Amino acid sequence: MANALVNVPARARRGDVIEIKTLVSHPMETGYRRSQLGVSIPRDIIRLFVCTYNGTEVFRAELHPAIAANPFIVFSTVATESGTIAFHWTGDNGFTATESAAILVE
Amino acid sequence: MRRRASRREFLVAAGGAAAGIGLGSVIAVAPARATPEAMREAIRKVVGSARIGTGRVKLELPPLSENGNTVPLAVSVESPMTAADHVKAIHVFTEKNPQPEVVSFRLGPRAGRASVATRIRLADTQTVVAIGEMSDGSFWSASASVVVTLAACLEEA
Repeated sequence: MANALVNVPARARRGDVIEIKTLVSHPMETGYRRSQLGVSIPRDIIRLFVCTYNGTEVFRAELHPAIAANPFIVFSTVATESGTIAFHWTGDNGFTATESAAILVE
Repeated sequence: MRRRASRREFLVAAGGAAAGIGLGSVIAVAPARATPEAMREAIRKVVGSARIGTGRVKLELPPLSENGNTVPLAVSVESPMTAADHVKAIHVFTEKNPQPEVVSFRLGPRAGRASVATRIRLADTQTVVAIGEMSDGSFWSASASVVVTLAACLEEA
């Protein structure tokens, strides 16, 4: 299981724009590299990252091989209500990772 | 001395012959990297026939990167981010990576601020282009050049 790290403020005021940082461990093998024996290494990357706020999608990123290993994504969202912000990564070879964080909006 | 001279003469002659053969049969192999044309095509696929304006988008990249395997990138777009007027997407393209597409971020009014950051790979010293797609259908772009000392994608595993 992949390790994912997310940084979401624990509490925020209603209407505040909060910054969210996410990091997931993944080699992001480009598919353009060769091993020392000259054999092409097949591509193995994360294709999609989706962030949902209480079930509603607020952000999505489509990744390509040019994203560095261990994809780090920073974005922002408006703190609308208390609840859960969930993160979901999907990729080649059936890779999936999920993480969630609780937020208290006052 | 006589022997060395003749050897040199032979090498020069052989080299010239080889160069002649090389010129005669220019090798037609698809390049292992994208070209500025490929980047323009990839941009066209996203943008369609719309005109791309310059400005409104701010692309932050280090002017010089020692390691092309991880280059910090930040893009922000000027927008009120309301339901009526917001940034729908931010796309990033490169000129000389094996593939021109880097990442597409999909945002909406709930983003609050059109500002994203990530880390990318750069295979060579090149220009990176960021395009902001607005809810009114307009496109805005910004570009930045990065000098890369150690290229990504080339090393053996």
